Amino acid sequence: MTDVSLRTHAAFSSPVGERIRTRAALTVLALVFLALVLILPLAAVFTEALRKGAEPFFAALVEPDALEAVKLTLIVAAIAVPANLLFGLVASWAIAKFEFRGKSFLVTLIDLPFSVSPVISGLVYILLFGAQGFFGQWLAAHGIQIVFAVPGIVLATIFVTFPFVARQLIPLMEAQGTVDEEAALSLGATGFQTFRKVTLPNIKWALLYGVLLSNARAMGEFGAVSVVSGHIRGKTNTMPLHVEILYNEYNFVAAFAVASLLAFLALVTLVLKSALEWRYGGELAASGRH
Amino acid sequence: MTVPPSSAWTPRFGFRRSPSVLPGFGLTMGLTLTWLSLIILIPLAGVSIRSAGLGWEEFAMLAWDPRTVAALKLSFGAALAAAAINTVFGLLVAWVLVRYDFPGRKLVDAAIDLPFALPTAVAGLALTALCAPNGWIGSLLDPLGIKVAYTPAGVVIALVFIGLPFVVRTVQPVLADFDQDLEEAAATLGATRLQTIARVIMPALLPPLLTGFALAFARGVGEYGSIIFIAGNIPYRSEIAPLLIVIRLEEYNYAGATAIAAVMLVISFFLLLVINLLQGWNRRRSGLAV
Repeated sequence: MTDVSLRTHAAFSSPVGERIRTRAALTVLALVFLALVLILPLAAVFTEALRKGAEPFFAALVEPDALEAVKLTLIVAAIAVPANLLFGLVASWAIAKFEFRGKSFLVTLIDLPFSVSPVISGLVYILLFGAQGFFGQWLAAHGIQIVFAVPGIVLATIFVTFPFVARQLIPLMEAQGTVDEEAALSLGATGFQTFRKVTLPNIKWALLYGVLLSNARAMGEFGAVSVVSGHIRGKTNTMPLHVEILYNEYNFVAAFAVASLLAFLALVTLVLKSALEWRYGGELAASGRH
Repeated sequence: MTVPPSSAWTPRFGFRRSPSVLPGFGLTMGLTLTWLSLIILIPLAGVSIRSAGLGWEEFAMLAWDPRTVAALKLSFGAALAAAAINTVFGLLVAWVLVRYDFPGRKLVDAAIDLPFALPTAVAGLALTALCAPNGWIGSLLDPLGIKVAYTPAGVVIALVFIGLPFVVRTVQPVLADFDQDLEEAAATLGATRLQTIARVIMPALLPPLLTGFALAFARGVGEYGSIIFIAGNIPYRSEIAPLLIVIRLEEYNYAGATAIAAVMLVISFFLLLVINLLQGWNRRRSGLAV
């Protein structure tokens, strides 16, 4: 294993390592940088949230508008994440298990949302479904509201989380090849049986990994959702939007209290993600880290 | 164009594919293309149709409006600066994580992904709290006359936070896989450690460094949530392009919003192309998918 040999090299002074002082200096520099950039902001969220003690902290979390925001965030994630899970499975089957021309172009298209500003991801739905949008008049005539309402928030969330599951599965399924599936089919399994009993067990941890990342993004998305939400308190405010409103009202303790809830969610995501990497690293490996 | 050797190639949904015994290509490819078109392609096409509808002169007037140009300059300039900072520190962090052993290394490694997991609005709030004149960092810099919050420097700080994992996670696997025999060979041939690093290791790390730089840059250009709190959003000075899109939308100036979005999309697609080429180079050089 490269990892082991690397570390035995590092254990004594060898021509391929740096001197112990250089090593210590670089390590300290890297750790100080990480503490400043990563740890300090995280600590600031919790400190600011508890600045006035526990009482205002919890009061901000159980206030009706905050609860509505939590509820909406959960609803949006509950729709967007399964939608992307299904799409990810379907797309990676078509892309990873078959050879066809234009494959890499298709993968690029799936990755597109990563390179589009979240604000533009929201804007596209305003241009389609807004009052002045392509379908605006038709929707108004039929009494359907998409933007500045929950459907728009869900659509924008699906847009920004679109590639997460698929890009996790495609490289792994490509690396696994089609031999197992071909064996199952030749033994008389149906296509769906093959998928459920052969393919799915092979990819389950990578799938969970993709779902985890896509859920974190779905619950935390701000830019795209902010554009389509209309910021109606208690109605179309997700948690990140609620944080912004509280902050703009100079209600800092409440803003940081709700923010700390989101930060806690991020920490849980990180712990689960690392646990998956440490425990099932080999089964995620072909898919890289991101 | 080469003619496929086998007559078994069947054109289906415009894709020519190689023969395979696995079922479900038609169904899964059909679903993939439908879902992709509905959620991503048709909405994005809306932006280009809208901007085409503006006519060239109106489009140019909107896109070359001085406030828009200032915002675009800030978005791209700050993203460039932050990506450059992240390339240096990302390399340092990746180096320390791969090559050196220290207590808590795994924990630090897991923490690198915090910016991916933390909602951008929370990051923005936290960085503002730190860098404001009364914050932990701001109160140290204030007596020195350095202002970070509510200036373009704040935008760079936010983007350093957002972009760090991109560089670390692209460099890390390549460095871990780097064959140390090459370093030993260089050392036995009389190279100093610095020569080995400059002539043997750095050429191998160049493709992932450039890829990480481009990914961080592309993400930074479109970033919204983490910036708007810390930037102060002063027009012509610390107002980013995505925020200007939001402002135009709130003024119901759809044409103005669309023009800025179109400019950003064109540049993002160009960046995406560059990133794809870099990743291809990366794979050929290291055999790793990053």
